[in-house]
Amino acid sequence: MPEGRRIIIFLFFLLIGLIFIGKMFYLQMFDSTYEKAADNNAIRKIIQVPFRGEVYDRFGKLIVYNTPVYDLYITPRKAVVKDTNRFCALFGITKGRFDTLTKEAWAYSRVKPSLFLKHLSKEDFAKIQDALVDYPGFSISTTAFRTYQSKALSNALGYVAEINNNSLLDQKDDYYRQGDYVGISGLEAFYEEALRGQRGVKYRMVNSNGVEKGEYRHGDLDVSSVAGQNLFTSVDIRLQEYADSLMMKKVGSVVAIEPSTGEILSMVSAPSYDPSLLAGRNFSKYYQILALDPLKPLINRPPSAYYRPGSAFKIVQALVGLQLGILTTGSVFTHAGAPVKCHVHNTSHNDLHNAIQWSCNPYFYHAFRKILYDNTQGDTFERSAQGLQRWSELVANFGFGRKLGVDLGNEKKGNLPNVEYYNKVYKGENRWKFSNIYSLSIGEGELVVSPLKMANFAAIIANKGWYIPPHLVKGVGDKKTIDTFYKTPVSVGIDAKHFNVVHEGMRDAVLHGTVGREGKIPDIVMCGKTGTSQNQKGKDHSVFIAFAPKDNPKIAIAVFVENAGFGGFAAAPIASLIIEKYLKGRVDRKDIETKFMNMSYLANVTYNRRIVKKDSLKR
Amino acid sequence: MSQASNQIGKLDWITVGLYALFVLLGWMSIYSAVYNPEAPLWIFDEAFYTSNAGRQLIWIGTSLVLIILIFALDFRFFESFAVFIYAAFMLALIAVPFLGVTVNGSHSWFKLGGVTIQPAEFAKTATALLLAKYLNDPQVNLTKWMSQWRSALIIALPMLLIIGSNETGSALVFASFIILLYREGLPGEYPGLLIALIALFVSSLLLSPLTIFICLLVMASLFVIILPIYQRRLPQTYVRMAGAIAIIMALSTLVDWVVNHVLKEHQRNRIKVLLDPSFDTRGLGYQVTQSKIAIGSGGFWGKGYLGGTQTKFDFVPEQSTDFIFCTIGEEFGFVGVMAVIVLFLFFLWRLLYLADQQRSRFARAYGFGVVGILFFHFLVNIGMTIGLMPIMGIPLPFFSYGGSSLWSFTILLFIFLKLDAHRSDTLSR
Repeated sequence: MPEGRRIIIFLFFLLIGLIFIGKMFYLQMFDSTYEKAADNNAIRKIIQVPFRGEVYDRFGKLIVYNTPVYDLYITPRKAVVKDTNRFCALFGITKGRFDTLTKEAWAYSRVKPSLFLKHLSKEDFAKIQDALVDYPGFSISTTAFRTYQSKALSNALGYVAEINNNSLLDQKDDYYRQGDYVGISGLEAFYEEALRGQRGVKYRMVNSNGVEKGEYRHGDLDVSSVAGQNLFTSVDIRLQEYADSLMMKKVGSVVAIEPSTGEILSMVSAPSYDPSLLAGRNFSKYYQILALDPLKPLINRPPSAYYRPGSAFKIVQALVGLQLGILTTGSVFTHAGAPVKCHVHNTSHNDLHNAIQWSCNPYFYHAFRKILYDNTQGDTFERSAQGLQRWSELVANFGFGRKLGVDLGNEKKGNLPNVEYYNKVYKGENRWKFSNIYSLSIGEGELVVSPLKMANFAAIIANKGWYIPPHLVKGVGDKKTIDTFYKTPVSVGIDAKHFNVVHEGMRDAVLHGTVGREGKIPDIVMCGKTGTSQNQKGKDHSVFIAFAPKDNPKIAIAVFVENAGFGGFAAAPIASLIIEKYLKGRVDRKDIETKFMNMSYLANVTYNRRIVKKDSLKR
Repeated sequence: MSQASNQIGKLDWITVGLYALFVLLGWMSIYSAVYNPEAPLWIFDEAFYTSNAGRQLIWIGTSLVLIILIFALDFRFFESFAVFIYAAFMLALIAVPFLGVTVNGSHSWFKLGGVTIQPAEFAKTATALLLAKYLNDPQVNLTKWMSQWRSALIIALPMLLIIGSNETGSALVFASFIILLYREGLPGEYPGLLIALIALFVSSLLLSPLTIFICLLVMASLFVIILPIYQRRLPQTYVRMAGAIAIIMALSTLVDWVVNHVLKEHQRNRIKVLLDPSFDTRGLGYQVTQSKIAIGSGGFWGKGYLGGTQTKFDFVPEQSTDFIFCTIGEEFGFVGVMAVIVLFLFFLWRLLYLADQQRSRFARAYGFGVVGILFFHFLVNIGMTIGLMPIMGIPLPFFSYGGSSLWSFTILLFIFLKLDAHRSDTLSR
């Protein structure tokens, strides 16, 4: 019996041991939830978001930088405040406020951190940083807001905001997470990858009180963050601010380009907004207001607005005619026989120079007719198609009807009508001819351009036949790298010699032509061409392109002022002031400056503008 | 001189080796539990001795002194003085509510100089000694009522005193003497009844009365089928079975009533946590949940020594003492856990074997007492870390941190090894 009882006792022990091993096997080998729970317990993933790159102007002046802000978070379950009075004194809040905030946090979650105090400044943070150790359950989270030195350039710069759900789902490299900030428009969006840098991740072990206890796996899994790269733009921020002030109370665009480099000196979209409104915690509030504004201040007009070029396009006709050998500088056309009217000017010897100077509508009507019909065969329908074909091939070189490739996301192609286009419009070949499309001759009709294209066109004229794709950023990062695309000149296929008559004509347009007194700068040799862009509703848009000085041009410009009427009235004086400011650093024509700063054409502005399909001609 | 070397020579080195291994593994786990990867302390740092690992090293050192003392005493001392030892500890248990200090919310400690001692831990050894001495009397026969009552009295006295100082967990350890009594001739019905009662207790908590009743009916029907024909025809059979079912149902109702009305709030909650692991995982169930996370995250090979995150960062309360097994589970994984369980079972087997080798009934009974106490701790301690047992303040012998616990288990074990070393000196009866 005794031996037997020992065995019975031990068998019982064995049974218990087997039950334990079985349960252990289940816990450790089968159920993986414990493993995850342990990691959740003890490993804290700390995301380090680097500061976004800063933005500088062409002279190295800081335009956009980051201001760190500190938010204090509370994890109610872990939060222990022994001496409430001291705590309140430290953080500068009242006892009542403390109680309310704590209660709110408890109501939200016992274990999840909730925002306790937001927007602590650097100074406040420095004050509480050391004391924070005494208060478990309180943690600081650092974020940064974009901060702007200037109120100008906001449309070109774009803004940064929390990534939306669609972008989150569509992203290619799976980089962004919910709540991440991302460049939404303008340069912020175009250079997003350079600006954002690379997010870092640290894995830290924490104890049951959430206190950090060192690196997890010796930091092998950690990825250090890479700071965002700075953008060195070509914008002259002082010029930008000046142009901005001139475009106050107006709707329109200004684009100024350095012709020799394609660098954009200034890009104004009016009306604009204060960029700092979209950089703070009140983003959604201000975004709402700006998005609902009928004048659409959030749109960056220069690369995307649709306008007809108006008479400024006559320069293109002149150049194409000269290049094709159909026109010569001596070609003369009278007003007779043209369905388009002209204002009074001396037509005794109406040659190309004269026609440019006075923006002669009949001249370019006849010239365009000649461009279509000369050296072509067949009936008028066939000859129109052949003529338009060679015409549109040359005009396309100027960048019309396609993207120029500016470093902004919202560039529009515009429209350059060609044979295919009209075949589509008239539903078949040989169903249209010159008489249907003659409004192209003076820059109206189906032509659609953006202010950026017109500024680039001004640069092409200034360069006598070539351009470098316009761009806002000269260099990215410390090495100031830039795509060779923005370094490579593009020829438009027009011989340089053909530009001389254009230059002279544009010079005389300024001196004693269409431009008028307010567009003249006494001590600067500026060449310009007015335009009047027709639109379906309301008054014409005032258009002006120019470059200066005539020899070795430093600036080429396009100004569009919506519903301001004839090009010489508003756009030309504004362009002349900007050119004067850029070339001289000051403006001497104070009376004109004051007049146009205060001038408003908003009363003429009609909302819901659409592109006109119907032809109507003017000047 | 020669006698001393004889004693050492007869010492059971397998048991001693396992003891040393357990103490070492225990210390390593305690070191890991307090280990701070940012500022690892080494045994030469003074600050080390303010940590649990450092202090445990002191307890281990002093345990060695205790072992030498035990071996210096005459082996007959324990039998001769069993009554006095028992009486002394009963007095201590009576005195502790008046003279004791409170440690970790338990008012059951004496403060002697710099150390605190829990007399309840040592009362187990004293009880085992007295019980063994009582059974050594050839007149005692455990199949008789008288002997059963007297044995029960020896066990019940310290139990009641310990319950009096609110240490229900420690008091339950005394139930393990049923193993000693069973080996010494107590009829098998008693432990059988005990197990049946425990089973009834658990099932009446887990199952509804109706389920229990249906189960009983099914069992009764099966029982009737295996009965011989003549008994099936007797009406008494059915009357008896009906009576048994009635009694069981009454007991099960009683259990419900006891749990809901007699037990204290914290005891009731401990049972609730056991039955439903998701009950209040942030509060009362926190310890078990965290313990299971620690062990469960260990996987097959574990996270490596000093590599356990739950262990190091204090997620499991009482990590070094009652929940030391978590550390092993997390850092050494299933392999380590199985090794410890197998080694412990082997250790118990070795002690059972040694106990049966004893010539004196005193030494043999004491040996079974030791096995019972160690097994009970093993059962409850490991059981509670994996959620199979309610949480009681029961340490894992030799592994857990604590002076009283290590000292008392060392004394308990080495008195037996001392007796074993002298088994040839005793006359067999």
